[in-house]
Amino acid sequence: MTELASSKRTKRPEFRNINALTDLPTYRLPIAGIVSILHRISGVIMFLLMPFIIWMFDKSVSSEISFAKFTSALNSGIGFVPGWFIKLVILALIWAYLHHSIAGLRHLWMDARHAVSKEFGKSSAAFTIALSVGLTLILAAKLFGLY
Amino acid sequence: MSVNYGSKRVVVGAHYGLRDWLAQRVTAALMALFTIVLLAQVLLTSGPVGYDKWAGIFSAQWMKALTFSVIIALFYHVWVGIRDIWMDYVQPVGLRLSLHVFSIVWLVACAGWAIQVLWRL
Repeated sequence: MTELASSKRTKRPEFRNINALTDLPTYRLPIAGIVSILHRISGVIMFLLMPFIIWMFDKSVSSEISFAKFTSALNSGIGFVPGWFIKLVILALIWAYLHHSIAGLRHLWMDARHAVSKEFGKSSAAFTIALSVGLTLILAAKLFGLY
Repeated sequence: MSVNYGSKRVVVGAHYGLRDWLAQRVTAALMALFTIVLLAQVLLTSGPVGYDKWAGIFSAQWMKALTFSVIIALFYHVWVGIRDIWMDYVQPVGLRLSLHVFSIVWLVACAGWAIQVLWRL
């Protein structure tokens, strides 16, 4: 008997056909796994909000009038949508962009350097979350006019 | 891969090659470069960035060419990524095909709009 098959090892839970409601809340995802699923979620956020991103690009570069409209939408809202809500959506996009690009650069680094050890996966994942959340908080303070 | 002909043929796959993997990384590198170029121009200007400076950044011909390339790169990058998500989580072929079609239309429409905004500057 090899050690892997010995009966001394405690039985670990096995996950097959994962149920989102009963299995996922108790599933302890490693930090690299958290970065990975956030990479997907941030990508989907940017994919779905792409028309909003282009709308902002359109308003901000097309003319001085549209630029003024864009800044007033941020400050005092547009139509029935309040300004703080637009800023909140922009903040979500800022986080998504930061997380997605830092996690992406992590992948490029791993591909280029063959840095695929367990330790590097863990430490670089922690670095990715710390940097993206930190920069998001700094930019959030700027966006909401704290400095 | 199992049977891939006749009525069992996989109609919505990734062809499992190197091409998309590499394309996703090359386009990512281009977008990272674009981010640095854009940030540098915004941060290196003196004083607040108003309409003139902001629009001025994008009206330079080289910046238009770069932005155009980035829009195309982004389009391809997002296609590879979103398709991976559909392939992982959506198994029924009909639904998956519909989502693929939706993604393509969504992306082509967005790319067209972005290029229109860019090119009338």
